[in-house]
Amino acid sequence: MIAPGSRAGARRRLTDRVMGWVCLAAILVAIAPLASLLGYVVVQGAPALNWAFFTHLPAPVGEPGGGMANAILGTLTLIGLASGVGVPVGILGGLFLAEAGDGRLGWWIRFTADVLNGLPSIVVGVFVYALVVVPMHRFSALAGGLALGVMMIPLVVRTTEEMVRLVPSSLREASLALGIRWWITSLRIVLRTATAGVITGIMLAVARIGGETAPLLFTAFNNQFWQAGLDQPISSLTVQLFTYSIAPYDDWHRQAWAAALVLMAITLLLNIAARAAGRQRFTVGR
Amino acid sequence: MPRSRGGRGGDVGFRVLLTVFGVAVIVLVAAIACVLIGAAMPSIRRFGPAFLWTSRWDPVHNVFGALPFVFGTVASSTLALLIAVPISLGVAVYLVEIAPAQMSVALSFVIELLAAIPSVILGLWGIFVLAPWVRAAVEPALAAVLGWLPLFSGPQYGIGLLAAGIILAIMIIPIVSSVSRDVLRAVPPEQREAMYALGATRWEVISRAVVPYGRVGIIGAVILGLGRALGETIAVTMVIGNRPQIPTSLFQPAYTIAAVLANEFSEATSDLYLSALIEMALVLFAVSLIVNALARWLVARVTSHTRVVR
Repeated sequence: MIAPGSRAGARRRLTDRVMGWVCLAAILVAIAPLASLLGYVVVQGAPALNWAFFTHLPAPVGEPGGGMANAILGTLTLIGLASGVGVPVGILGGLFLAEAGDGRLGWWIRFTADVLNGLPSIVVGVFVYALVVVPMHRFSALAGGLALGVMMIPLVVRTTEEMVRLVPSSLREASLALGIRWWITSLRIVLRTATAGVITGIMLAVARIGGETAPLLFTAFNNQFWQAGLDQPISSLTVQLFTYSIAPYDDWHRQAWAAALVLMAITLLLNIAARAAGRQRFTVGR
Repeated sequence: MPRSRGGRGGDVGFRVLLTVFGVAVIVLVAAIACVLIGAAMPSIRRFGPAFLWTSRWDPVHNVFGALPFVFGTVASSTLALLIAVPISLGVAVYLVEIAPAQMSVALSFVIELLAAIPSVILGLWGIFVLAPWVRAAVEPALAAVLGWLPLFSGPQYGIGLLAAGIILAIMIIPIVSSVSRDVLRAVPPEQREAMYALGATRWEVISRAVVPYGRVGIIGAVILGLGRALGETIAVTMVIGNRPQIPTSLFQPAYTIAAVLANEFSEATSDLYLSALIEMALVLFAVSLIVNALARWLVARVTSHTRVVR
């Protein structure tokens, strides 16, 4: 090695310093779009946000005002439908992986869940289109909910598995030693202990599917009025936001920013709350 | 076993129930494959493999070739990787090797928030903030310096392949950097200590011991990012320009498979048209399956090994 104070040593120390700054710069470049985006959504969205946005139907083109009440209700409906599919399948699938999934079958399920998680959401939309929309001959809330539900499954499966694995095995053993049957132990002791973590996972999944647009374009489609039933097209905040932002009207653009602000607030709050709850659980668990 | 006393039936039933729900995940992915293959059959029969390398997209005459979309998907994803990989690596190295622990936690959190931003909101920002900036600042600068290359020539719209690449890069930085971060964290401390003992500087340790050790996992992270970029839909649809042509310059509009699905799927008029679109979804499905499997395998090779050590 080169003695300190030599020219080569100085060059090495300079390289070290410079590369440290380069890495810091990478962080700043990665965060800059987030800062810009948050800034724009708040600055553009806040003035456009008013009471009518939450209570009125969209106004026809050319008429000012109007809101996205139907889209907000639609998004909530879709999240409800999706949870009906994604939560039970996800929790029981995750429980299987944690409690009985150490074998080859468990490995394949875990692998498939990860693949499903990485599947482009639009592909899931096309799948549900061919499976539900074509036979029903119409776009519907059910189809949209199913598409989002399919996307929830891998997320809930994997978080449930992780959370259930965190439950200390002494708890399991104590319960079994008292003669309580395994299935009751699993549901009432193990799963119950992991409840906070499982809910965290569900919240993250809801935050993710609540912001999805692509699979809804040809499953739930869109609807400018109040929803007419689960077998009818339904509006959602994201599809409405998409439609409004690519339209040429200034008034719609303002509404799009307002919708973005609402959607972003919901998404970020769910994420932050879920992570806070998750971290707390983790440290308590230790 | 004591637990079986009086409860065999319930336990067996419960195990069967759990297994059914576990297996449901596999069945679901298999069902997606079957449904897509079935619905794409008319197009597969009609055009054969040439579907992928012919470029005439003409719904009026029922002639469909996917090349412009395949090209646009590959080009925009490649561009995204070129932008995102160096930045993500810098981020991962900074988080693991340089930043103090608490700052690392906070910064990781912020970067992960970026992943939580809905695609459609990034698209909105892309239309009204990014694209005008690209048109006014990035494209003129690139043209001034590299304009002699055909890749950086032509009219500057803002909307186009370059904007799509930047949006995709923003969207994949969180995943590439967080997986790389986990990979670097899994590098055993002995690797570092040995280099430091030889008198190496921190950067020399990072560039010659830590990163090479995690190379396989980092490649996995990059492939994972590629998988995300290939399938990203809404934000790309909003800024890429949606023109079914093969662009010769980064400034030109293009089209991707995911974007054409988003735009044309609900208005496909003929059965063959619909089938051709579904065949493209099938292509996307197959590619993301392969890419994800490969990436998971590479990342698991690095991180699971160290979990055993720990």
